[in-house]
Amino acid sequence: MFSLPKVRFTGRSYKTLSLINSHCCSFGVNSSRSFGTGRHVRKDFIQDLENQFKAFRDKAKAAMPGSDWSPIQVTRGLPPERADVVIIGGGVIGWSIAYWLKRKLMSRDSLRVVLVEKDPTYSQASTVLSAGGIRQQFSLKENIQLSLASASFMKNINEHLGVLNEDPIDLQFNHSGYLFLANEAWAHIMEESYAIQKELGAEVTLLSPAQLKERFPCVNTDGVALASLGLENEGWFDPWTLLNAFRRKAMSMGVYQCFGEVTGFRCWTQNAETTDGDLLNIKRIKYVNVQMPNSLEYQPVECAVVVNAAGASSGKIGDMLGIGHGPKTSVAAIPVPVEPRKRFVYVVHCPDGPGLECPFLIDYSGVYLRREGLGGNYITGMSPEESEEPDCSNLDVDHEFFQEKIWPRLAHRIPVFENLKVSGAWAGFYDYNSFDQNGIVGLHPLVNNMYFATGFSGHGLQHSPAVGRAVAELILDGRFKTIDMSSFDFRRILRQEPMLEKNIV
Amino acid sequence: MAASMLFQMRRHCSLVPCLTVAKRQYASNPPSLFSKVFLQLNQRFLEVEYLIRLGNWFKNRDVRRKNLFYDYAQKKYGVNVAAAYSILKLGGAFRFAGQTEWFCTDSKGKFSFDFVNTPDSTIEEIDLSRTLINQAGLHNLMSQRKLRSLSVQGCPEVDDWFLARLHVFSETLQELNLSHCPRITVGGLAALQHLRQLQQLDISSLPQVQSPGLVHILVEEMLPHCKVIGAEYDQGLQIQTDNREPTDADSLRHAQT
Ligand SMILES: Cc1cc2nc3c(=O)[nH]c(=O)nc-3n(C[C@H](O)[C@H](O)[C@H](O)COP(=O)(O)OP(=O)(O)OC[C@H]3O[C@@H](n4cnc5c(N)ncnc54)[C@H](O)[C@@H]3O)c2cc1C
Repeated sequence: MFSLPKVRFTGRSYKTLSLINSHCCSFGVNSSRSFGTGRHVRKDFIQDLENQFKAFRDKAKAAMPGSDWSPIQVTRGLPPERADVVIIGGGVIGWSIAYWLKRKLMSRDSLRVVLVEKDPTYSQASTVLSAGGIRQQFSLKENIQLSLASASFMKNINEHLGVLNEDPIDLQFNHSGYLFLANEAWAHIMEESYAIQKELGAEVTLLSPAQLKERFPCVNTDGVALASLGLENEGWFDPWTLLNAFRRKAMSMGVYQCFGEVTGFRCWTQNAETTDGDLLNIKRIKYVNVQMPNSLEYQPVECAVVVNAAGASSGKIGDMLGIGHGPKTSVAAIPVPVEPRKRFVYVVHCPDGPGLECPFLIDYSGVYLRREGLGGNYITGMSPEESEEPDCSNLDVDHEFFQEKIWPRLAHRIPVFENLKVSGAWAGFYDYNSFDQNGIVGLHPLVNNMYFATGFSGHGLQHSPAVGRAVAELILDGRFKTIDMSSFDFRRILRQEPMLEKNIV
Repeated sequence: MAASMLFQMRRHCSLVPCLTVAKRQYASNPPSLFSKVFLQLNQRFLEVEYLIRLGNWFKNRDVRRKNLFYDYAQKKYGVNVAAAYSILKLGGAFRFAGQTEWFCTDSKGKFSFDFVNTPDSTIEEIDLSRTLINQAGLHNLMSQRKLRSLSVQGCPEVDDWFLARLHVFSETLQELNLSHCPRITVGGLAALQHLRQLQQLDISSLPQVQSPGLVHILVEEMLPHCKVIGAEYDQGLQIQTDNREPTDADSLRHAQT
């Protein structure tokens, strides 16, 4: 590729050269002196020269097309200056959207998608800290449909996310259904939900306390009025595998991944008047500022569409845009109601606990339990009372919470758990929608090119394949085509009409 | 190749034109045919992948065709005939309830259509061993609520999602043979808990199941009324007593001498 300078030298000159240990290629220096240690020096010099050639070869190789070398020093990993879609947040939702955007358009360069993730280790992302469960036992039609669609996606995951010349994906899916237990007060709600689930084709069955005792002898049925058990398409899987599979596939389809934090936006503003005479600021994002890790350098990315998939911090992203800072009593004063809520997960060991048949148990007291592997390990947890929410500034685990709240309830429900050992614990953030504990999917009315896909409050992982598809449809087709999720729109929050999901864990 | 490199350089810096002049001779050097094809393919990445996907699609066509849902047959001849037809199409065999003779295909894959005349008889035993059935194909059999015995021995397409759908036969299924299925894992075996009538289950030689001995015990515990055929209990367990005991004895012996 490059013409190498022709090197010609005499036997005398190179001795001198190597002696003064020169690194620059000033061949042709003539010197009248020569030293007697000839052989040794010659060897040194030839080695030196070889090293220099090697360095040169490397440089030449780096300049070949397809490498990221350039004559001007640039920071590695800077996002491109322009993009069609910028996705904020590289959790499972973000990558799923990226995948579906590319999947829906069959040509590589038709849409430039940049995904910005601030933490390459995913140390705080809810995706990798979740319990990994999937169920159809919801009370809202949309949630059930999303779960069914996601389950069928996982069934054929290798057709969707398989990459050529890579190992097939093994989600480590464990086909054990969820077992919800209801007390007298909840039983009628469970029956209603059951009817909806059946209608939509979910395979669920109701069990009376006697049947429950027969199926799961280890469960204490005191206080249980009704139980519902998932028969198919329910269970748990490895969240990290799903995230990685989405990421691998999306990147192979040409999505740009960039590590950096979104710290601000530059917008165009337009004033509009509502029918009530309120003055509204309608914004349109022109640039997303992406700050590089461990530096002050940032790059504005010019873009047409922004997707907010930042999980628990998506409320903060809304804040950066001034959502919720408007004049009181107007819609502009309503913030994005998504906030981090810390949830603890405890790993317990109980050699006499239920075996392979162990379901994903959800007691009406709020405690959940599932098996982890085959060695008598289980994971358990529960959501605290609204008034006792733990501090969300870190991910420390409160072990007293287990001793005081979880263990008594767990041992009451499954008496063998009176003898157990806590062998580990972790905490993660729910992307908690404090308004109605449901996902927010759609455009924000006041920022007319920001799409939301957030607020799933503890069931985002299982819905990610279907939500990704829905958001991609919304962006590319302008409307939902497969599952109608228009009721998950931001407008319900502005209108203060909550869409409550009854089966929240 | 050189040309595109220069293009890349030009993008990066405005000083590059002077360099370009110096390197003109290389730009005029035509890249080899091989690299030209390669560059073209690189730009057509998605299309190439699409083609390969299409190739895979054709390769899997056989599996899909054999597992089609016979909607039309179900409507015209009833669910039993459709189920029988789907089994024979897959190359399996079955027996109607109350009969002793088996319906199966001959060596050329042909079969007689006698079963069309008895639309009311339901199927009691199905042998689908070494066929291409998968969880989609199971849909044709869902209607057979008298099914007593099912064998899918050595089926390459039977996976955990297949096992998860078997719960529809929970009231009747007594015998199930899953041996030699290369894709079944422990995660799928957990779904067999719904088969409360099961009396015999064969889970031997499942290559994806690690520590088959332990899994054997766990499945027996899960289905207490069922005879489970599978690995020996100690298979896959690392038994260390063999290594450790002699050393203990050795040290004892040393202490005594
Ligand atoms: C303990 C626990 C158990 C759970 N169990 C289940 C379960 O059983 N089933 C289920 O379906 N769901 C479960 N969930 C919920 C599920 O994990 C989440 O709903 C889901 O992972 C949300 O995905 P996400 O991609 O939106 O968010 P995340 O995975 O949190 O991803 C958001 C990403 O955005 C990045 N980010 C944030 N701000 C910025 C910024 N300014 N710039 C750039 N990047 C940014 C973050 O680094 C993060 O990686 C559980 C959650 C927890 C905490």
